[in-house]
Amino acid sequence: MEAIVNQLPIGLSIGAVLLLIALGLTFTFGQMGVINMAHGEFIMAGAYTAYLLQDWAGRQAVIVALPVAFGVAGLMGLVLERAAIRHFYGRPLDTLLLTWGVSLVLQQAARDLFGAPNVQVQAPSWLQGGIGILPYNRLFIMALAIGSVVAVWAYMSRTSQGRRMRAVMQNRQLAAVMGINTGRVDQRTFFIGSGLAGIAGVALTLIGPVGPALGTYYIVDAFLVVVAGGLGQLRGAVIAAVALGLLNSYAEFWTNASLAKVIVFVAIIAFLQVRPQGLFVLRSRALT
Amino acid sequence: MTATVRGERDTVGLAPPGPGRPWHARLLGPAAFTAIAVLALVVAPLALEPFRLGLLAKYLCYAIVALGIGLAWGQGGMLTLGQGVFFGLGGYAMGMYLKLHDAGGHLPDFMVWSGVEKLPPLWVPFGNPVFAIAFAVAGPVLLALLLGTLVFRQRVRGAYFAILTQALAAATVILLVGQQGLTGGTNGLTNFFDLFGQDLAADETQRGLYLVVAAVLGLLYLVARQLVRSRFGRLLVAIRDGEDRVRFLGYDPATVKTVTFAVSAGMAGLAGALFVPVVGIISPALLGVVPSLELVVAVAVGGRFSLAGAVLGAVVMGYAKTSFSEQFADGWLYLQGALFILVMTLAPKGLLGLAARARDLLPSRRRA
Amino acid sequence: MRNSAWRIGAAVALLATGLAACGGQSSTSSSGGTAAGGDSGIKVGILHSLSGTMAISEVTVRDAELLAIEEINAAGGVLGKKLVPVVEDGASDWPTFAEKATKLIAQDKVATVFGGWTSASRKAMLPVFEKRKALLWYPVQYEGLESSPYIFYTGATTNQQIVPGLDYLKEKGKKKIFLVGSDYVFPRTANKIIKAYAAANGMQVLGEEYTPLGHTEYSTLVNKVVQAKPDAVFNTLNGDSNVAFFKQLKSAGVTAEAMPVMSVSVAEEEVKGIGVDNIAGHLVAWNYYQTTENPANTKFVEAFKAKYGADRVTSDPMEAGYNAVYLWAEAAKKAGSTDVEAVKKAAGGISLDRPEGKVTIDGENQHMYKTARIGVIEPDGQIKEVWNSGSPIKPDPYLKTYPWAGGLA
Repeated sequence: MEAIVNQLPIGLSIGAVLLLIALGLTFTFGQMGVINMAHGEFIMAGAYTAYLLQDWAGRQAVIVALPVAFGVAGLMGLVLERAAIRHFYGRPLDTLLLTWGVSLVLQQAARDLFGAPNVQVQAPSWLQGGIGILPYNRLFIMALAIGSVVAVWAYMSRTSQGRRMRAVMQNRQLAAVMGINTGRVDQRTFFIGSGLAGIAGVALTLIGPVGPALGTYYIVDAFLVVVAGGLGQLRGAVIAAVALGLLNSYAEFWTNASLAKVIVFVAIIAFLQVRPQGLFVLRSRALT
Repeated sequence: MTATVRGERDTVGLAPPGPGRPWHARLLGPAAFTAIAVLALVVAPLALEPFRLGLLAKYLCYAIVALGIGLAWGQGGMLTLGQGVFFGLGGYAMGMYLKLHDAGGHLPDFMVWSGVEKLPPLWVPFGNPVFAIAFAVAGPVLLALLLGTLVFRQRVRGAYFAILTQALAAATVILLVGQQGLTGGTNGLTNFFDLFGQDLAADETQRGLYLVVAAVLGLLYLVARQLVRSRFGRLLVAIRDGEDRVRFLGYDPATVKTVTFAVSAGMAGLAGALFVPVVGIISPALLGVVPSLELVVAVAVGGRFSLAGAVLGAVVMGYAKTSFSEQFADGWLYLQGALFILVMTLAPKGLLGLAARARDLLPSRRRA
Repeated sequence: MRNSAWRIGAAVALLATGLAACGGQSSTSSSGGTAAGGDSGIKVGILHSLSGTMAISEVTVRDAELLAIEEINAAGGVLGKKLVPVVEDGASDWPTFAEKATKLIAQDKVATVFGGWTSASRKAMLPVFEKRKALLWYPVQYEGLESSPYIFYTGATTNQQIVPGLDYLKEKGKKKIFLVGSDYVFPRTANKIIKAYAAANGMQVLGEEYTPLGHTEYSTLVNKVVQAKPDAVFNTLNGDSNVAFFKQLKSAGVTAEAMPVMSVSVAEEEVKGIGVDNIAGHLVAWNYYQTTENPANTKFVEAFKAKYGADRVTSDPMEAGYNAVYLWAEAAKKAGSTDVEAVKKAAGGISLDRPEGKVTIDGENQHMYKTARIGVIEPDGQIKEVWNSGSPIKPDPYLKTYPWAGGLA
């Protein structure tokens, strides 16, 4: 019984990880229709940022790295957007292939820069230990996820930049007609979306491996969260991440890890039968 | 928004033959097809050493899958990232037959070391080669019909369909790996000896298999081309370019898409069945997210809007991967990645689109 | 129009570059090879994953094998000829291993191939080597139940690693164990052996869990392990999963004292990535550690660090790969030829002093006599030997000499 109760916080913490890795995607995928397969490699860039910062920040590198990784991954995203993706707007499926090529190149670059073996990022000593089954580092990730969601929500609904972003997302032409520089908004969106991937990468160093293949472990899950939540829907992503986390946690508890993954996939396919556009849908009268 | 229309919406490549085109333009296609067929069926088997011919046979198997992707994605706009699943179904059906045949009434080797004591009922019918080959095509077709009916009725499309099929590929791999006693786990099925009494290791057998693969590809290409040029094909393109509009006209896009998806799945299944004796292995690694994506990329590189482009892309990318990795064992991923990025950015309609544009460019210069 | 002309030009240039890169392939036989050899050299293939998920492990074995080739060449080569390595990338993809193995044999005509890591890559290459009657040296511990006439196995088989590991746990009074592994052939077969051993030795298996390769979410599994309260965990996880497992085990408050984890796929190289903090005090079972004391090892470690950098470590699979080159060279010298059948015939009984101690080729099953060693991970990232089998153990891939293993093969 205790074990069953334990799975609840475990499920929530899995949900928090899913949310962190998917949050950036709700921007780039949801708002701009860009299917960024290199999102996983931006996560990886965040993790390596924490690794590199250890040289002078020591065990506090994880904390110091949060803003730095946001900037590093964000800049990488910005470069990608400027150099390539901006030629692809309106061809979302093509961006998938393009960014997949980018992700291959970035993986190989990481292998050459940092070596093929995993590197180690030491967790701050104050994150050791925990309450019951929940370690402090999991709590930290949950807090980080909540903080990121609040920040994103505030940005989207309380700032003029956020309002412009929503306007472009809902109707690009109309927004442009209103005098919004959509290109500028796209850059900003991509910077923030990629930057959030960097933050996720730093958080993941607490619980997982840091190596060139890091991104590939998370990318499919991240997409599923966004798809289940509905494109560009912040609350959709939150609910989907938590639901999938809990489902994963209990499915794995009663069966095994392999079967749990299959159950999650099947659940999403079944769910899309009921709601083909995800949990929340952006209403549009546009004829497709 | 002006840029958004570019690429996705307009058709390029081979326009349907019409009375308006001059006779030499109409003959160009059949002439090229014949030339390539002669090259593939006569010249290649004579000119290439057995190892390279085997590799070419492998690329052609992929080209069959690519043909299906060209149909579903290029013509129908359904970006399927799970084509490896159908390929794998066909491959496993064939692999199971070969394994049972080699075992000759005993248990296949991997079952012995996986602790299976009795042949699982699922395996029993695959002892029959006719059933195995029929299943290699019918299995994927039925699965695609089921999936297509579920998904397209609900109007799941675009990126959702892509991610969904990708998840399907990921889930299938995990399932296959987890059932080691049934499927050989990560190892997959390998170590085959004999196909219909022919020694699979012999060069002649491999040459024969190559010819079969090439002939099947040629045949399927003609069938697919006929399909595209038919009324059904025009409807398919119309759905790609404006699904709602087609629905308003009284057609049922879901049926058209489902049928196309099933045809492409059947092609992938057949390709998988041919692949197994050619390459000698089928394993989950061949049907996961990455190989499925690689095939789609190949189609994009070749030129998705024409079937010939899809075939060309599969062969070019297969060849590029082999030779890049042979030449630069350490850094070939850079080259492969760079090739995608550059083709996608510079030639969004692929190599064939590029060729078509170069052709268009010349006379227009002359006029100017 | 100018724009599109530019694009076409650029794309054509790109294609030309690509084709030029592919062009010379039939002429360059030692493609990707790092050493340039004269016409008189003996080509040997090196086939490991240099890209993909397995690169993390396999690159280090390639490094060790190249070092051995360099050393042998410096000492005069084999049969008066220098060895010329032809390096290919298996790309962590089993069919690619089979393809590249065929290429090495059929096109480069190498004398032998050193390669592979995962069981799946070996199983994929096996038919290639058997049908073409070529030789593969496979350097990694594996699940046994195999003895191909065209493969030499220089890593441990089960009775040289898993069985000694279990003996050690039994000796320490660890009666209740929990099995954790990646979902593939080695862990499943290993766990079958462990369960048979446990049944015969009064040990209790409290649970058996598998996770997909590359899995990184272990909180549920850790919860299951903690709830079962075993005396020890037997870990057959592979690669990156180990990092996530040990990090999450540590943060759940499980200590090595209370619940030691015996790992068979974690060596010096992996310890670095997992983080010593997370794994110090846990147990591993291998045949070689960087700290193993003998003159051959001192020389190996020094040479390796000199070639690849002082921060690099050596590990069991690297040492087994390094040995493979020497063992093959010795067999070729004894045979007076690099002919596959002659080398196979000459190989039986060859005995060399290697970094792990004395290694002898068993001519019958082409495995090695190896000394089993249990180690504990020290806070400095090195592994301290706490037990060894005293003398090299005769390889028994089918566990025929163990009565409790009757029903396994």
